Amino acid sequence: MELICPAGTPAAFEAAVDAGADAVYCGYRDATNARNFPGLNFSYQEMRDAVRYAHARRVHVLVAVNTFPKAGQPELWHRAVDEACDAGADALILADIGLLDYAAKKHPKQRLHISVQAAAANPDAIRFYQQAFGVRRVVLPRVLSVHEIAAVAAATTVETEVFVFGGLCVMAEGRCSLSSYATGKSPNMNGVCSPASHVTYADDGDTMVSRLGAFTINVFRRDEAAAYPTLCKGRFVTSAGEGYLFEDPVSLDAASLLPGLKEAGVTALKIEGRQRGRAYIADVVRSFRQALTDLEAGRPVAASGLKAMSEGQSNTEGAYRKTWR
Amino acid sequence: MESSRSSVPTIPGFLGKVMKPLPLAPLQPLLAMCIRAALKKHPRIFDRLDTYADKRFGLNPTDLPFAFVLEPRRQNASAQAVRELPDGLDVKITGPFFALMGLADGYYDGDALFFSRDLTVEGDMEAVVALRNALDDAKIDFPELFAANLGPFAPAAEKATRAALELLRGRRENPTYTREEKSWN
Amino acid sequence: MQLTLGPVLYHWKPDIWRDFYYRIADEAPVDIVSIGETVCSKRAPFYADSLPPVVERLERAGKAVQLSSYALVSQERERKAMEALVREARHPVEVNDVSSLAHMDGKPHVIGPFVNTYNEGTARYLASLGATRITLPPELPLESVTAIAAGCPEVIVEVFAFGRMPLAISARCYHARLHKHSKDNCRFVCELDPDGLEVDTLKGEKFLSVNGVQTLSFACSNLLPHLGALREGGVKALRLSPQHCDMAAIARVYRDAVDGRLDIPEAVAECRRIYPDVPFADGFSLGAPGAEWKATFARVNGVEERL
Repeated sequence: MELICPAGTPAAFEAAVDAGADAVYCGYRDATNARNFPGLNFSYQEMRDAVRYAHARRVHVLVAVNTFPKAGQPELWHRAVDEACDAGADALILADIGLLDYAAKKHPKQRLHISVQAAAANPDAIRFYQQAFGVRRVVLPRVLSVHEIAAVAAATTVETEVFVFGGLCVMAEGRCSLSSYATGKSPNMNGVCSPASHVTYADDGDTMVSRLGAFTINVFRRDEAAAYPTLCKGRFVTSAGEGYLFEDPVSLDAASLLPGLKEAGVTALKIEGRQRGRAYIADVVRSFRQALTDLEAGRPVAASGLKAMSEGQSNTEGAYRKTWR
Repeated sequence: MESSRSSVPTIPGFLGKVMKPLPLAPLQPLLAMCIRAALKKHPRIFDRLDTYADKRFGLNPTDLPFAFVLEPRRQNASAQAVRELPDGLDVKITGPFFALMGLADGYYDGDALFFSRDLTVEGDMEAVVALRNALDDAKIDFPELFAANLGPFAPAAEKATRAALELLRGRRENPTYTREEKSWN
Repeated sequence: MQLTLGPVLYHWKPDIWRDFYYRIADEAPVDIVSIGETVCSKRAPFYADSLPPVVERLERAGKAVQLSSYALVSQERERKAMEALVREARHPVEVNDVSSLAHMDGKPHVIGPFVNTYNEGTARYLASLGATRITLPPELPLESVTAIAAGCPEVIVEVFAFGRMPLAISARCYHARLHKHSKDNCRFVCELDPDGLEVDTLKGEKFLSVNGVQTLSFACSNLLPHLGALREGGVKALRLSPQHCDMAAIARVYRDAVDGRLDIPEAVAECRRIYPDVPFADGFSLGAPGAEWKATFARVNGVEERL
């Protein structure tokens, strides 16, 4: 299985390549990609340099243009697609049907992947994208169990890529407007979820209150692990009580499920975290490279030991191991 | 959820006390030199900071008797040591000195430091994120920066600083891993 | 301007569901009714028996009927159900997940608000596959709505005008999770909250509402104040999404406002009377946080007042 690693800066890119990535995914420094954070991502020139660095080391580069073009102003997205093709990207990761149509017509030879933001959660959706745009790979939404992933992989000739580590969306990706409800900025339109521009922390000595726009997302005691106020990972109140209604602030860690994913016929394993530092990238990539080496050699796969890297400092196998099936 | 015990070393309390009466003046030229060297060597920092280069960042080491004010402007960038952070800063980052330093040179992952509560951040979060990303990309090397202006003594000074830093930081460890069996329902 | 009644997103008791639609057929001045389970496939069997008589009554009352489909299709039986729906439907199917397009084979259909139609490029592509009408995602600002309508005149552009805004869908059922049931053995606890389960913040701000696997806004969209802009922007239909209130009355208010028989401040006040305990919001239309209510209205003396 291929190891697909994130990079938000050229330094992180080199860290990922050097730590053993088979491919690195990244995006341009604008609203065309789903990690449109201040100070992050690549200029057109930086992307070209990154492609050169990677190709010299036989590592692939996947360019994410995975937000939804603004109506009436698709030029920035079209330019990102053209530029990535010209820079020698090995694949483009796209989510918008109109943009897929543009890329497939303008660059018929370019390899296209369906972004997780397209929420292609079943073989019919994948078949639609395959027939319509000739996509070669789908990044599966994190809503499927290993069993369901196996069924999807068996039912399609499109390659499958699944997330194995990092931040976890509990909602179907690319179909969530929680962020824009609170802030006016959404993953689909602006490439940001729960953006820093709308985050405030207030520390009153005993507790820290995190807010997003006009809404309180969490209150932490002094001795509690904190979390960024990602909307779906907050503590809320309903008539049934108070707590983490949608999801605890945990990260995905599917290291122990690698044998199952291999058996399921998965082509590539993806690590989340283009917004994370190069220390994170290097540690996580190295850990999963080791796990894959062990797996290929028939040795037991060691636990990843990456808890400190995780949000809330706690990990979950997410939907991959569903207890309710 | 309890936060795991921090793996960031802190400066012992007695050292902080010893430093307290020391004047800050000798520190200023050193800081000024470091920031100018850093920004000269890593001009990409400005690209990444973009408009946030005009912000004023306060760094507040909890284990030192002084703090720093950083203004990473394209023209006249400055870093100053102060007894206490002034009001009106755009950003305030608080934590052990080595956590702040690790954030600056990418030794630690900024998010991880925040999740473990080693760092607290207040103020303009976009500016914090931009600074973090700009610094992370720059791969700042403190021993090299520190030694840069020492002429013929540079190699020796760099080597000594690097050794001292490695010793002080100890080995970076990830806390023991315990898998939590969480049902996904 | 057409009025469309969207599908009931909540799990209502079957007889209440049926009587709701009978009343819509008899009393609500809507042109189109989109009907059928959209949120959770487990609920569908409850309405299967009532569906044919309800559709018949709606059609007898002169309403055009569309059959809604699942917004999230992950299990094999859900795929099969959607394939059968497309194959057997005598009415246009409202596609709420891209996977249903794979069965369409050029058949005329409509695109629901759960499909990501964010721009004219996507709208045109969907139109080329047979979409005749597209309900845009609630988070789209008016500026984008206008650009899509202008860039894709071949489809009828519909916007989500009234009702709690669907914000997210998940594989996880929050109703089951809250009641400590497994999803497979959920005991249909979502039935306890026919207007959604209120979600507040720890500081008491009213924030969201939960409907099984779906998360909706706490506030209720109400785009009446933007009627003029919507019309000028090329919007041809407004969607009213059923809440647990007198939807026939809401439809009458919208009809009267659209036809100019009721001025906007009065129409908004009327809506408030019919659905009193939930704040209105229109922030998405203006590119602001969706929870906000920005509407102002210029009185004769030129003074802007909050609606």
